[in-house]
Amino acid sequence: MRQDEVPQDEGIAEGLVEVTYAVDDDGHYTQVGSAGWEPKNISNHQAWEEIVKKVEAVRAEVEAGRVSPLAFHMARNQMEAGLLASYMGLFRWQVRRHLKPAVFARLESELLERYAAMLRTTVAALGDINLAPEMKIPGSRGGA
Amino acid sequence: MMEIDFTHRQSAHCENGVTANLVSHYGISMSEPLAFGIGGGLFFGYIPFMRLNGLPLTTFRAITGLIFKRVTRELGIKTVSRRFRSRAESMRVLDEVLGRGIPVGLQTGAWWLPYFPEAYRFHFNMHNLVVYGKRGDDYLISDPVFPEPVVCDGADLARARFTKGTLAPKGRMYYLEHVPENVDCRDPVRKGIKTVCRAMLKSSLPIIGVSGIRFLARRLERWPRKLGDDRALLHLGQLIRMQEEIGTGGAGFRFIYAAFLEEAAGVFGEDYFLELSKRLTAIGDRWREFAVRAARNCKGRASDDDSYPAMAAILMDCAEREEKLYRDLLQTV
Repeated sequence: MRQDEVPQDEGIAEGLVEVTYAVDDDGHYTQVGSAGWEPKNISNHQAWEEIVKKVEAVRAEVEAGRVSPLAFHMARNQMEAGLLASYMGLFRWQVRRHLKPAVFARLESELLERYAAMLRTTVAALGDINLAPEMKIPGSRGGA
Repeated sequence: MMEIDFTHRQSAHCENGVTANLVSHYGISMSEPLAFGIGGGLFFGYIPFMRLNGLPLTTFRAITGLIFKRVTRELGIKTVSRRFRSRAESMRVLDEVLGRGIPVGLQTGAWWLPYFPEAYRFHFNMHNLVVYGKRGDDYLISDPVFPEPVVCDGADLARARFTKGTLAPKGRMYYLEHVPENVDCRDPVRKGIKTVCRAMLKSSLPIIGVSGIRFLARRLERWPRKLGDDRALLHLGQLIRMQEEIGTGGAGFRFIYAAFLEEAAGVFGEDYFLELSKRLTAIGDRWREFAVRAARNCKGRASDDDSYPAMAAILMDCAEREEKLYRDLLQTV
């Protein structure tokens, strides 16, 4: 890659300029800043679309009363029950149990506060998924 | 408040940057490509049975920690590396070492670092950075993928050090304890080159090195038939992300290694390395071409030139050229 070929396609990096190595006019390697590259933006966008798709599917499940709001926040945080359990110091089966609406409704406030902290949200939003801010795909102009 | 006089230099890849910056702090001037080369960082592995987001893992570099380990070992630098059970203890020891005026490397999870752009906040536990000071509850951080030093709250940093999941760092910290007076780079450079050539040429596993690239090419060609179009596109997208994103960079690593070969020409006073460097640059460009075509597929703008067989052919060509290159490179050392 020549210095003048270093891509400057802004997107996912949201203004972060990364270092790349490219060849200058004399044929020597030099560091050149890059604002991003279209193939990277495309593949990253694709990955985020998958995440958002999954979150929306879980939202429908929560609204239908099949799973607890915890499932929604887990999906938003790209977590599986196992990962969340290790953050919470619980067993995976315990987190899985909390995904049942009836069990979740009886959880103590102390546990809810810890869940909220680990899932980067508030206790209120943990109980009512409509309070969670809308998810947007990073770096996409004009929203998701 | 304490602040160590530490020179922050941005790098393409975090572990290269941390290693080069830490070593340079002790008076051995080292560029990112030199750290990458001596550390034998270039690698390839297509590991379908390890999954990331439910999709196969492809890696373009040695596993995290190896570059730092090899560079310090080959230069005769004594290091200290620790993991912790307790979060409080890990932060106390960090403060104590900083108090002795020693910059400290940390392995962290990108998820919990508040200064990371949202797009890069995945559950990725192999991010390296250097802490060089503390101001109140905030830590002063030289994070090599950022242009300027950053600041991170102690509670967030502690969370990032104890991120969970695959390859959890368990508070891992490392620093240089003793650095020799005179360092000769020639043997370490030779050894680093051998390490890379052997890993790329002589692995007994078919999914590693140039055979791994060919293995991937054959698999990729069958993806649409085997997985259906939608899943095939997800596999393709993941591959480009692993190839081009922060901290991975497949073509990017070829260019860093080519820059290293240019430096090697200077170290040995041997112009032959310049020719090899040029060849590797051309190979890196070929990898980029692959990414462009793959991305066109993901975007639904593929033409006939972008078919799966055509993409597989590019990978086969990369493997072919790389195999020749590593063979010639091995002759030189």
